[in-house]
Formats: sequence, structure tokens, C-alpha cells
Amino acid sequence: MEGQLAHIGAGIAGLGTGIAALGVGNVAANFLSGALRNPSAAASQTATLFIGIAFAEALGIFSFLVALLLMFAV
Amino acid sequence: MATTTEGAETGGLEFHPMDQFIVSPLFGESGSVAWYTITNATFWMALAVLATFALLVLGSARRSVVPGRMQSVAELAYGFIHKMVEDICGKEGLKFFPYIMTLFMFIVMANFLGLIPTAFTPTSHFSVTVVLALAVFITVTVVGFVKNGAAFLSLFWVSSAPLALRPVLAIIELISYFVRPVSHSIRLAGNVMAGHAVIKVFAGFAAIAVISPVSVLAITAMYGLEVLVAFIQAYVFTILTCVYLKDALHPAH
Repeated sequence: MEGQLAHIGAGIAGLGTGIAALGVGNVAANFLSGALRNPSAAASQTATLFIGIAFAEALGIFSFLVALLLMFAV
Repeated sequence: MATTTEGAETGGLEFHPMDQFIVSPLFGESGSVAWYTITNATFWMALAVLATFALLVLGSARRSVVPGRMQSVAELAYGFIHKMVEDICGKEGLKFFPYIMTLFMFIVMANFLGLIPTAFTPTSHFSVTVVLALAVFITVTVVGFVKNGAAFLSLFWVSSAPLALRPVLAIIELISYFVRPVSHSIRLAGNVMAGHAVIKVFAGFAAIAVISPVSVLAITAMYGLEVLVAFIQAYVFTILTCVYLKDALHPAH
């Protein structure tokens, strides 16, 4: 029973990766809308874009990790 | 770390997406791993170091004025990281350029070599990436205190915020500072591991005749994405190292 509950928990934790995808999409979309308004400034901000994506994505990876821990370690 | 999902209606479809991450000795019986044992992890790490050497040392050894293919790639990588360090950390960050270049080349080579079918990816293991991230964390902390002394603590004291808010912000900043090595390492290992596991899951679906063309197409598409991810994650790891180093060199908010 407890093992099955862990699997359900892993599935719920997997939702977090999808929500993190929303965050990453939000970062990229806002970067694009800003870049299209001022294309000359866009190239200098790609590093900031990747840092923003990395921070948003890290939290999704955390929930993926929780799912993995529930699947294999609990 | 192996799981078996028995699909009764599909005739015993088996998934082993995590089996590719098992560390085992290359020679001798499996199970006995000492610190000197040559495992697949150490073997592919050594290959990553050799590949870096081949690209950067042998590739640019001829020093031709008009660079060949190898030499242009080596020069491109060197210039790329040099510019990144200079842009983010400033001139005084260039002292750390060799370290950051080493990190980048090792991670990018380990990621790309891991994409070869049946290869092992060292960066998919937390034990590898945690060492890299902890090394960065300790370096940054030591450099911060050596360079600024106690003034390094002003990193946690946000002087642009209202006074009443600053103690709360100090706690948050302190926590976020100590979470850095965790997120830094998990981001790299998690991305690489997730990508490789997804490819293996699709490979498991290829056993069903009806959907195997879709599955092979999906593997191809995921592989293309993984080539991108292999580079982007090495880039992100390097750029975050630069950002942390900038905090140590100029702690004022």
C-alpha cells in the first residue's frame, strides 16, 4: 500500500515539471516580446535569458528529483 | 535503480530507463568497486579529458594563421568563454578564466561523449556534478572572504531595501546562498539524466510494432534536443559559475 502511495506521490510531483515548463515559456516569451521591440538590445541580453531559464528550470528539476526519490528511494 | 513495468496487454513490455546509469567496473567481476577500479564512469570521464586535450592542445598545435577546422573550433570555444568571463566578472575575473574554461570543456565533452549510443554519461550522476558545484561554491566563498574580508557579508545585507525589511531579506539571501551548490549540481545532472531516460523510455515503446515508427521518430527528435541540451547545460553551468564569482568579487548589491 505504501509503495503505491509513493507512486501516486511521484505522479503528483511530476506535475511540478509541467508547471516549471510554464515558467520557462514565460521567460522566453517575455524575452521575445522585448527583443522584437528593441532588436538591437536583444543580443546583449541572451546571457540573462539563459540565467532566467536556468533558475526557472531548476525548480522543475527539483520536482523531477522528488518524483525519482519517491519511485526508487522510498 | 531499475524498474520493470509489466504491460500485460502488450505482452510483457519492459522498461529499464535507469539501467544506463549503473556504474560497473569495465574489467573483472561486477560488484567489487574500489577507489582505483576502472569503471565506466571513470573511463568516460577520462575520455572527456582526452577529448578536451585533443581539441584544445592538438587542435591548435599547428598555430596556422588561417585556422583549420579543429583550430577554429578550439579558438571559438576559447574566445566564447573568455568573452563570457570578461563580460560578467570584469577584468579581475580573468584570473579565474583557466578554471572556468576547464569546467566548461569537461562538462561539454562529457555531455557530448555521453550522447554516443551505449556510452555512459558521467554528468548524469549527482556524485560528479555535486563535486563540481561544491568546488565552485568553496572557491567562491574563499575568494569572497579573501578579497573583501568581512565586507563580503554585505552580500546578505541588501542596503537598497528598507531597514525594517533587511533582516528578513538577510535570512532569505543566506538560504539562497547555501542552496546554490544544490541547485547548481542538480540542474546539470537532472537535465542530462532526464533526457537520457526519456530516450530510453521511447526505445522501450519501439518494441511494439504498431507504434515503433512513431517511437523511432520521437527518439530522433529527442536526440536532437539532447544535443542542444548538452551544450546549453554546460553553458548554463559555466555562466552561473561566472555569476557567483562576480558576487564574490563585487559583493555590493
